Formats: sequence, structure tokens, C-alpha cells
Amino acid sequence: MKKFFCFALALMMLFAFAACSNSSDGPAANGDNEVFADGDQYDEIGGELNILNWGEYIDPELITLFEEETGVKVNYVEMTSNEEMLIKLKSSDCVYDMCFPSEYIIEQLIASDLLLPLDMDKIPNAKNIMQDKLEITNSFDPGNKYSLPYMWGTVGILYNTTMVEEPVTSWGILWDEKYAGQIWMYDSVRDSIGITLKYLGYDLNTRSEAEIAEARDLLIAQKPLRKGFGTDNMRASMINGKAAMAVIYSGDAFVCMDENEDLAYAVPEEGSNVWFDNVVIPKSAKNIEAAHAFINFLNDGAIAARNTEYIYYSTPNQAAMDRLDEYFTGSETYNPPKEVLDRCTVFHDLGDFVSVYNEAWNAIKMK
Amino acid sequence: MKRKVFAYPYIVWMALFIAVPMVFIFYYAFNVDGSFSFSKVWATLSDISKWRVLWVSIEIAAGTTVFCLLLGYPVAYILSNMRKSIAAFISVLFFVPMWMNFVLRTYAWQAILEYAIPNMLGWTDKTLTGSVWAVMMVLVYNFIPFMVMPLYNSLSKIDRSLIEASGDLGANGRMTFFKVVLPLSVPGIVSGITMVFIPAITAFTVPALIGNGNYNLYGNEIEMAFKQAAGSAGSADYSVGSTLAIILLICVFISTAVMNRFDKDHEEGGNLL
Repeated sequence: MKKFFCFALALMMLFAFAACSNSSDGPAANGDNEVFADGDQYDEIGGELNILNWGEYIDPELITLFEEETGVKVNYVEMTSNEEMLIKLKSSDCVYDMCFPSEYIIEQLIASDLLLPLDMDKIPNAKNIMQDKLEITNSFDPGNKYSLPYMWGTVGILYNTTMVEEPVTSWGILWDEKYAGQIWMYDSVRDSIGITLKYLGYDLNTRSEAEIAEARDLLIAQKPLRKGFGTDNMRASMINGKAAMAVIYSGDAFVCMDENEDLAYAVPEEGSNVWFDNVVIPKSAKNIEAAHAFINFLNDGAIAARNTEYIYYSTPNQAAMDRLDEYFTGSETYNPPKEVLDRCTVFHDLGDFVSVYNEAWNAIKMK
Repeated sequence: MKRKVFAYPYIVWMALFIAVPMVFIFYYAFNVDGSFSFSKVWATLSDISKWRVLWVSIEIAAGTTVFCLLLGYPVAYILSNMRKSIAAFISVLFFVPMWMNFVLRTYAWQAILEYAIPNMLGWTDKTLTGSVWAVMMVLVYNFIPFMVMPLYNSLSKIDRSLIEASGDLGANGRMTFFKVVLPLSVPGIVSGITMVFIPAITAFTVPALIGNGNYNLYGNEIEMAFKQAAGSAGSADYSVGSTLAIILLICVFISTAVMNRFDKDHEEGGNLL
């Protein structure tokens, strides 16, 4: 928390500084302040920009900064699930100019022809994005035509080293009776069934009903050991030492580890899921100019660094990585080594087959 | 005649936000590829696991209602015997927490049961969330004002002279209560039960937050059905969710009808519905 305040204070000072220079010299002088990595300049665009994003998934100061630079009025709306976003984007009166869906949703959005191809000429800062990340996103957005990675991470086990003595190397520890009532699972179909499939040695995008049934039975058997299925509430629970371990996203794990130094994070050796939240522009977008400018703005090395330092989720932006301190870049949670990434897979859209997963999930939830 | 005009805005409101959505629910339930069909509704109805969830929800809602009644009746009784001004003040206190958002209150309970109480008792590896009892307790907390208020209304309307007459005719306190006060407060009990049972059966934030996602109640089931439909490829198929919603609607309808039946003999009194 202290770190956060220092950072917020630093941000505020920086911001005040930027604001001062703005007012004295006018927008033309923006190039020589320290806000942007390459002394970028933004033209006056104007109009409104409607953004749909996850909760706490951007540094709000950056929105203000963008508004001041471009004269665009940003309307920022938060959502809590990919499904919620999908409903909003599929509806005929979608008002959003940009949003940040995850990989398997992007596949669906592309298939439903709901996305606008990005005009890369208007996003010169896209060059900052790491090539190896683009290779992964290429698997769900061929040619990275419709989307650019915004944040990414892995799914793993966050555990309390005072309660878990052995090293965490396998998903099997989630079925260890020693930790009965101390295990948080993630309240999401694909994640919970996905890691169980990995534990069983299967593909987490499997279309085999037998394999899914096996994973389902394992999760039903886990019931007495489980503390519950959580989402955001797991963070506070883990920070306060109320559970021994939690299946969680790396970004959330990193936040928790910052608050409680007894916590550690591991991606089990059977492999896991690597996920991406990408930025996209819906076909129905009104202010396409401003949307591209905002994507370019977010990919500026200095801006992306500020953003990731605020959210604690991993940035795919190399220019931002170069600016981050050792605390971020040296952490295997924030910046997993290549061998960890090599054993992780992205989720793909399963089409109608997802109903088999849903049925299994219903059975698990009904114990 | 003229006064009818004032009802029009409300009628329009009801048509737009109650009747129209209802039509949509039925449309989604029976619509299979653009034509009317029972096939999907039948598939949902024959899924036994869904009925099991409904049964658990009814049990939890009934338990919540019973606790609310057992706790709320004495409170309402004491309130009704107080001076009006003090009783009014105390009932305001009852409603003060209700000015806060329902979800916020539930989050507060999550913190209390997960951290505050266990920390106070020095438990390191145990918490109070995740059990049916915790879920029920928070439901009782959230809904008890809706039990106390109708009870208080009907109890305070009982004519004092009836109680005095009962005493004059030789009844002791207990007899007076069971023969006079309790029967006269039935309308309050009935509307209290309705006002607690129905929201309790449809609650889905409390089981999600307090039950650690371990208990799927009927509300969660409906939410999940719609979410899964929206998250699947192609055009969303809301048939399952709509069918579940209709079943719940029928349950609510039946319980209201039963309650109204009980209420028939007691037309006067504090009916809040």
C-alpha cells in the first residue's frame, strides 16, 4: 500500500507538472515534456470516445491526460465479464468505440464480423509490442489485424509459504487433503476446467467429452477440500492469510504478493493458460480517429509503463519494460521466463462445443 | 373519472417494464429457430438437477423466512407496545441500513465473516463464510426489516380495548396473546412472509459473496444460464434462462396465491402489499 501511495504521489506531481507546462505554453509545447517516450504530439481530435473496459484496468490519470492532449471527451464504462461485453457488442445499438476483450472472445467477435481492422499507420507505437507476444496473439487474431495486446498473464497458484511448505510444482496440490478448506478455485468455467484438464495431461481446448467428464469428476471430488469459487474476493482472502492457496491470474497474484510477502506464485509444471486482453475497435465505432489515437497513446513506452505500474498486470510493451524497475522485470510472476510460457496455451473459442463445458460446470457447481 | 388520469403514467410504466419484458421471457422460452415449440422448454424441465437447485433455494428461502419471523415478531410486538414517538424512532433505525446499497451491505458482511470475527477470535485457519448458515444469516439480516414493518403495522392497529376485554374475561397474558393478539396479527405475518420469502428465493448476490460460490441458488442458476447463452457462439439462445425464470415466476405466483388465501379472513390490518 505504501508503494502505491508513493507512486500515486509521484504521479500527481508529474501530472501537475504536465498540466503547468500545458497551461503556460499551450498544446504545441507538449513535445518537450517528459510524459511521452518519443516526444509524441497529439493533434486536436475532439468529439467523444466511449470505452468499455474491465474494472480497475487503467490508470485513470492517463484518461485525463489523453483528454487534455486531444480534446476528446472520454466516457469510460466498466464491465465485469467477457460475456457482459459480448452482449453489449452484439446488440444493435452498441455505442462503444473501443474495448478490451480476451482472446477467445476476440475469435468470436472476428467470426461474427463485429470488429474493425486496425489502421496500423495510425498506431506507430505498435512497434513497441514484443514480437513473441504478437506471435501468440496471432493464433487467435491471424495477422494481428483486429487487435493489439493490452495486458497479458498466466494462470497459476498463489500460495502462502507459511502454510504450504513443499514447493508448488503440480496442480495436484489442489487435491491434497492436507489443505482441506484452504483452497480457492477460480469462479470461471474455462479456467477451472482448463487447469484440471492440464493436470490430467489433456489439452485445455479439448473437444473430447470423455476428457471433460474426467475433469468434471475430479472437480466434484474436490468439493470437500475447496474453500470455494472466488474471483476478486480471493485477493483480500489471500492477503489476510485466510486461505493456503488460490488459483488466480498472475496480475492479481502480483498485487497480492506486493501486500503480503509470505505469498508466492507458481505456474505448475503440467502447464497452464496464458491469456491476453487485447484492445479492439468495434465496427459500429463512431470516433474511429480518437480510438486509434488512444491505442497509440496507450502503446507509448512511458504511458504503458505508467499504466502497468498502476494495474500490476504484465505489459506486452517492450519500451515500457525497458522503463520498469527490477521489482517488475525481475519478478517471475510479472515477467515469466520463456520456459514457463512454453508450457502455457491460450484459450480458443470452442463454438457450440462450449455447451459441453457449461454442462460440466453446472454439475460441479451443483455438487 | 378525472382522477384516473393520474394512474396513466403508472400504467404506461407497468406496460413497458413489466408486461413487455414478460412477453420477451415467454418469447425466448418457446422460440426455437423462429417458430413456437415446446422442445427446449421440455428439455429444461426434464433436467432433474435444475429441480434440485430449486428445492435447495426454497429450503433456504423458507429457513430465512422462519428466522425472520421468529426474530421479527417479538421486536414488532415490543415496538407496538411502546409510545408511538419512540417506536417511530426505533423503526427508522431499523431502516437506516436499508438506505445503503444491498450489495455493499453484503460485501460488509463478507468482510465481517471472513476477517473481523475470525481475527477477533484468533482463528488463523478458519473463517465463517462459505456455509449455508452464513448465507442464511446474511439473508435474514437483509430482509428482516421487511418482516418487522408489516408486523408492527398490524400489531399496532389492534384495538387496545380487545386486549383489556380479554383480561377482564379472565384470560391470562399467554391466552390473550394466542387467542387475541396472534390471530389479529395474521395479515402482518402473511405480508411479512411474502415480502421475505419472494426476494429470498430470487437472491443471488448473497450466495455468491457469502457462500464463496459454493451454493448455487435458483437466482445464480438463471444468471448462469443467461451468461452462458451470451458467451456461446452465434446468436444467443436464452431458452434455458427464460424457462427457469418462468418456473420461478410460477413459484412466486403460487406462494402469493396461498398467502392471499390466508389473508382473506383478515381484510383489515397492515397489509403492505
